[in-house]
This record gives sequence, C-alpha cells and structure tokens, in this order.
Amino acid sequence: MSTDNIDHFLETDGVDTEREKDIGQHIGYRYDVNLVPDMAYCTPFLKKYMEVMGWTDLNWLEDVHMGYEENRAAVFDRNINGWVTVPEDIELPDNQQERDMIARELLIKFQMSSNHPMVDLRKAYEKFK
Amino acid sequence: MAGVAHKSHEMGLHSEQLSGRTQQRFFSATEEENFVYPWSYEVDFDKSAQFDAEGMDTPQINVKIRELMQQGHGTITVKNPMARHSLGVGILNRLNLNFEGSLGYFGCGLIDGPNVHISGRVGWSCAENMMAGTVVIEKNGGSTFGAAMRGGDLVCKGDVGSRTGIDQKGGTIIVGGRTGAFSGFMMQRGRMVILGDAGKNLGDSMYDGTIYVGGKLTDLGVDCVEGEMTDLDVKWLNDKLGKYGLEAPNGAENMTKLVSGKQLWNYDNLEPTEKKLVL
Repeated sequence: MSTDNIDHFLETDGVDTEREKDIGQHIGYRYDVNLVPDMAYCTPFLKKYMEVMGWTDLNWLEDVHMGYEENRAAVFDRNINGWVTVPEDIELPDNQQERDMIARELLIKFQMSSNHPMVDLRKAYEKFK
Repeated sequence: MAGVAHKSHEMGLHSEQLSGRTQQRFFSATEEENFVYPWSYEVDFDKSAQFDAEGMDTPQINVKIRELMQQGHGTITVKNPMARHSLGVGILNRLNLNFEGSLGYFGCGLIDGPNVHISGRVGWSCAENMMAGTVVIEKNGGSTFGAAMRGGDLVCKGDVGSRTGIDQKGGTIIVGGRTGAFSGFMMQRGRMVILGDAGKNLGDSMYDGTIYVGGKLTDLGVDCVEGEMTDLDVKWLNDKLGKYGLEAPNGAENMTKLVSGKQLWNYDNLEPTEKKLVL
C-alpha cells in the first residue's frame, strides 16, 4: 500500500513508484493483507455464519479483505483463484474495516451459491458422494 | 531502467492480457442465507456419536467419520486413534471432531470447516493445507506444523518442532510453548503467535504475514524485521488467545511483532518476455 487514500486503486491504476512505472504494473497487494479484523464492524450475516459453523470469531475470513481489480472493488475467491467483483450498486464505506466485512459477506454468499464454479467442478471430479 | 519498459512495450507485451479471463457468474448478493457448501452434509452438533478406532486402519477410520456425517452426526468422538497417520483429513463440512489420543503424520490435513480437538500429541505436518475451521492440540506437535496452511485457527498448547507454518498462506497458528528453527519460512500471509521461545532463523524469507513472539528470539531469518505493534494487534491477540484459554507470558502488548522487510520482493517484467521467447 502506497497511499492513505482508500479509493486510490479505484481512481488510479496504482502505478506510483519509479519501479512500478518502469515495469508498467503495480507491485504488491492493493490492500493491507496484515490488517486484523475489528469485530466492532462485524455484520449480522457474518455473526450468523460464525454461529452456524461453531466459531467464535471470523476464522478463515480474517484473511479476506476488500481488494481492487481493474478499478473495481473486488474480493479474491481462493476456491476459484479469481476475483469476484463487488456489484456496482453496493455503496462502499470510507473505512477499510467496513469494506472488509462487506467483502467477507459477499464471498460467503458467492461460495455457498449453487452458481459457484466449484459446483460444476465437483460434479465432474468428486470422489465421494 | 526506463529503457526496459520501453523495450517491453515495443515487443507488444503490454497488450498481453495477464488478468481478465472474465467469467460471468451471477448470484444474488441478497439471496437467501446459506452458510454451507451446496454439497455438504446436513449435520446437527447436538447429534453425537463415538467409536473405538482400535483395530481399524486409517481408511476405515476416515470412512467411518464420513459415514457418521452422512447420518447427520455433528459431533463425533474417535477413541484410541493410536497415532495413526492421515486421520481426519479432507473434511469439508461443519463438524465437531474429537480425537481421544494422539495422531501421527499429516493429521487433519486439507480440512475446510470442522472444529477438531486432539487430547494427545500430533506428528509432522498437522493440518497441512488447512482451509478453515479450528484444530486444537492439548500436548506437543511435530515439525512443519500447519505447513502451507490457508485459513482457520491451528492451536498447539505445548511445544512444536521446526519449520512451523512453512509456506503459510493464511490463517492463524498459535503455539503455547516453544517453536523450532525456521518457523515461518517462506511465510506468505496469515498470523503466527508463539507464546514461548522461537528457534533459529525465524521468518526466513517471509514474503508477508505477521509473527508475534512472547518469549526469546534466537535469531531472525533473512528479511524478517520487527514491526510496530498496534492497539488493534493487542486487542486481536487478547481475543484470540482468550478463546483457547491462553495468554501471553508478559502481556500481548509486550510481544515482539515481526513482519517482512520486503527486500526480497523482486519483480521483473521481463519474465513474460523470456517465456514468450522460449515458446
């Protein structure tokens, strides 16, 4: 992260340093991967998810953050190794912690959806019924 | 250096689409609440079962666990695991799984969701490639504890061997006691909390992620540097440790925070050029 402007990667291509300008691409993550969650921003949906799973905190979602891909807010889905873009009608708060909670909620909804690509992959390759 | 970018543009490399490959997958961000994978077994935490693993081999034990999940059991206790290898692996479900005894190598690997409790010890590579859930070990763990872990909480209340969290890509590893040499080697993301002492070359070649140490540091590996502890770090540490009945020996605020110095972040946009030339 090279800026304090939370919308930096929405408003620019993120090519800031001399080295980045030389190679024509941004170096590193577009968000702080080490930011630990502030549970004060946890949403009711995520609290319900934690309860269903028998967890008392966000567990694996602690590593999920709102990122930015091609000037769109997006969340990385490790199950498909790709970015899921945030619908444009979702208003982004001016706080990374709140944005991260939106990203976590969105990712759960996508991963648990019957339209997730893993559903098709599983049909093709599953070993256990 | 400016010439490098110029040259790469001349060769047309920047028209090459390295990102993208967009797939349109529609889902509703406001659709009904569904908290589990579409293929997961419907289990009830209040429905419990137990079985004695003595005389059973590893595949039989793992299949038995799967069968009990299929029958809706959400809490399963395995007695006498007898330190067999590869027990409790590949569980992609919400589940409370208890092992009364010790596990051998590669216990609870590749899991995504379950809460596992092990009353004894574990061998090498416990919870390797763990995706989500919790694994709590009451005694000691072997080397490469949490290797290539991606997410969830992995807790050993005793000591662990060397190369803890090697290639860690996410999640939280907590060690109540000491950890051996080369812990956090090539760590890429996630958090490691060592309440006791850490062995040689801690965090060697770590790319990112955070290591918190409550005891003594033997020495740091290449590109592992001290970071600034924030109030949020301290709160997170106290909350996380408290969930497992642990606490930092001198208080979370006095733990040493270690991060990547990022001096090994070497990017070279000529890499695509080289590939293109080879092809």
